[in-house]
Amino acid sequence: MSNVFQGDFGSSFSGRSKVQGDQGDRSRLVVELIIPRLKNTLFLTGVSALVAIPLALLLGISAALYRNSVYDRSATGFSLVTVSSPEFFTGYIFILLLATLFPVFPTIANVNEDTSLIDRFYLTALPVFTLTLVTMGHMMRMTRSAIINILSSEYIEMAKLSGATRYEVIVKHALPNAWAPIAQVITINLAYMLIGSVVVEFVFNYQGIGRLMVGSVYNRDIPVVQACALIFASTYVILNLLADLIGIISNPRLLYPK
Amino acid sequence: MTSNNKKELLLEMKNIHIDGFSDERWHKILKGVDLNLYRGEILGLIGESGAGKSTMGKAAMGYTQPGCKIIKGEILFNGTDLAKLTEFEKRKIWGTKISYVAQSAAASFNPAHRLMDQTISAANRAKINSTEVLRKDAVQLYESLQLPDAENIGERYPHQVSGGQLQRIMTAMAMSPRPELIIFDEPTTALDVTTQVEVLSAMRSIVDKFNTAAIYITHDLAVVAQMADRIKVLRYGEEVEESETREMLSNPKEEYTKSLWSVRSLIKPEETNEDYMLSIKNIDAAYGSSKVLHNVSVNIPRGKTVAIVGESGSGKSTTARVITGLLPQTKGEIIFDGKKLSPKLEQRSKEELRRIQIIFQMPDTAMNPKQTVDEIIGRPIEFYHGVKGKEREAKVIELLKMIELDESFLDRLPSELSGGQKQRICIARALAANPDLIICDEVTSALDQIVQEGILKLLQKLQKDLGVTYIFITHDIATVKAISDEIVVMYQGKVVEQGLKSKILNPPHPDYTELLLSSVPEMDPDWLTNLLNKRSS
Repeated sequence: MSNVFQGDFGSSFSGRSKVQGDQGDRSRLVVELIIPRLKNTLFLTGVSALVAIPLALLLGISAALYRNSVYDRSATGFSLVTVSSPEFFTGYIFILLLATLFPVFPTIANVNEDTSLIDRFYLTALPVFTLTLVTMGHMMRMTRSAIINILSSEYIEMAKLSGATRYEVIVKHALPNAWAPIAQVITINLAYMLIGSVVVEFVFNYQGIGRLMVGSVYNRDIPVVQACALIFASTYVILNLLADLIGIISNPRLLYPK
Repeated sequence: MTSNNKKELLLEMKNIHIDGFSDERWHKILKGVDLNLYRGEILGLIGESGAGKSTMGKAAMGYTQPGCKIIKGEILFNGTDLAKLTEFEKRKIWGTKISYVAQSAAASFNPAHRLMDQTISAANRAKINSTEVLRKDAVQLYESLQLPDAENIGERYPHQVSGGQLQRIMTAMAMSPRPELIIFDEPTTALDVTTQVEVLSAMRSIVDKFNTAAIYITHDLAVVAQMADRIKVLRYGEEVEESETREMLSNPKEEYTKSLWSVRSLIKPEETNEDYMLSIKNIDAAYGSSKVLHNVSVNIPRGKTVAIVGESGSGKSTTARVITGLLPQTKGEIIFDGKKLSPKLEQRSKEELRRIQIIFQMPDTAMNPKQTVDEIIGRPIEFYHGVKGKEREAKVIELLKMIELDESFLDRLPSELSGGQKQRICIARALAANPDLIICDEVTSALDQIVQEGILKLLQKLQKDLGVTYIFITHDIATVKAISDEIVVMYQGKVVEQGLKSKILNPPHPDYTELLLSSVPEMDPDWLTNLLNKRSS
């Protein structure tokens, strides 16, 4: 166990390769297999998060601001559709539209260590779109409902009666009290992106940790599967911890004692 | 308040009609009410809940709650009709020319911001002065409202100060932009009497100091008598009458107004005996590590009513929880009808449980919203007496008759009942067990004066007919006078004194009883002034 914390996940069963000829067979270390794949997945998730989170917050807040308007209804309706469609479906729709009918982006996000950053953005565009669409709806709806929930509080009426504008009411008075639930849903979706990328990586043939795990399952490569599972599990734990921390920091009741 | 200023009309509301949307249809909340307010004058708006007084107060700002709309009428503030202004134009008036003080200070402050920032936010938004100046001014306001540590209290968050302090800070917040009109919407209703006195005097002196006009909304006549120059009585969205405060108190014209006065005249002759239904001896109790009851001993005579009075946090409700076994005591013993009761609920026999029943303060939350009246009352009958079918139904109807309702209520859900009816059903539920002792925990606090009177009369009648013993927990001295034989005064988890009603209510008093009794507002416009003079001398 202690080895894990020192970065030693043991050796892989497969991937044996001759190293320096006469030294004989050597199995590859799990870490060596995982690190480059993990980097790829983190890149994909990171970019998706950078797109999805601000977009979701913006949409959520503006939907709450113009509640029950045409804009609000279409935004929530659209988000419902995207949340309900599975990644592979959304992914193939994107391939159909943006790669086949209108060939703007490549169907296969084939990156390797030498790919430049700009090329990476270009190659991963479709998987990023897919992940964004799948997770954004959930976050947007949560943001919207967390804010609307707070809008019925007495202190919101008080703020209105002291002359606060609609924008001020939402951003200054409602949002600071909504951070805890919003942080929860954001971190859950971050974790989902990281792990849900298994499917997306498969659809777009992206060399990420999800594909590695699926491949290792085929090959009965237990140490690699173990390491992947461990990484996924700890992602959930760490991200949830982070959400709780944000919840505490954003709430003066918990931060300052009576 | 100089007579000069009084001539100048500040606010004129003409023929206000407001509708509210609930239960899938529109209801009339206000049906053509007029209101005039002069500069520097305080107008009291009183009425029971549902009279439309809060709606009227908010309408004075040109604001209606979501789901309400102004159908007809003019709201002339300094000659401008607020009903015709756009949201944008109204916002310039709100918080600067007219400000609002809400009932529940704890819920009306944003928990995420510091008090100082909230105090000066309206003035800051209107750029009345620089933040520096506004902060200094706020500290001065805190000082004149007699807040402790006025320099630094603004740096705290709302949860870090007490309810009475919050209410005063909200007054400072309303005063910060120096408005021409302040709407006080039941600002002291949620406070203890002793705190209420401080808040009332602070509010009155600051309104006097800046010669601000105010509308003071409340259901408590004695309170409004201290604050207002004129009083307007509302009922069912219509005006009942309006006159100068002194005139109104000495000579009310309408029957309804008189009935508001008469509620407090309910009086019961006191009796007691040495045969104790329940004695609690040297009880200590704690929530976790914080000890809330210290060596509490109380005797409850059989068939009589003992009122436990005290402010919030005095341990009254905790005592009730210990008696019922919901909170086992850490020390001391409870003797019920000659036998020792075990501290834990689980170790008491069904018979012991049946003999002690409790009625709670909020009938709304004390009943399962998905159960009908029949199920609510029938369940304890079945549970304790094992009665089923026709017999059970007959018993439920008998209980309904006892609480002055009839069998047409059997299939109703709690949401289809009024506040007073709900509390009656709770009483019937307690009676269904055929108990010897009923603990009434603030049972009338959430009800209107007139409904209160009905409930208290009912409880007295039931005692006469059935001989039940009551422990009546309350903070309202008028209720105590109306119903009790003996009184127990509690303060900070200790019993200050116990004795016959006449002994406790008449001097000499221990210091705390004196403070508590003198803080109860009286129907005399000079009461607050006299009290403050007496206390300062």
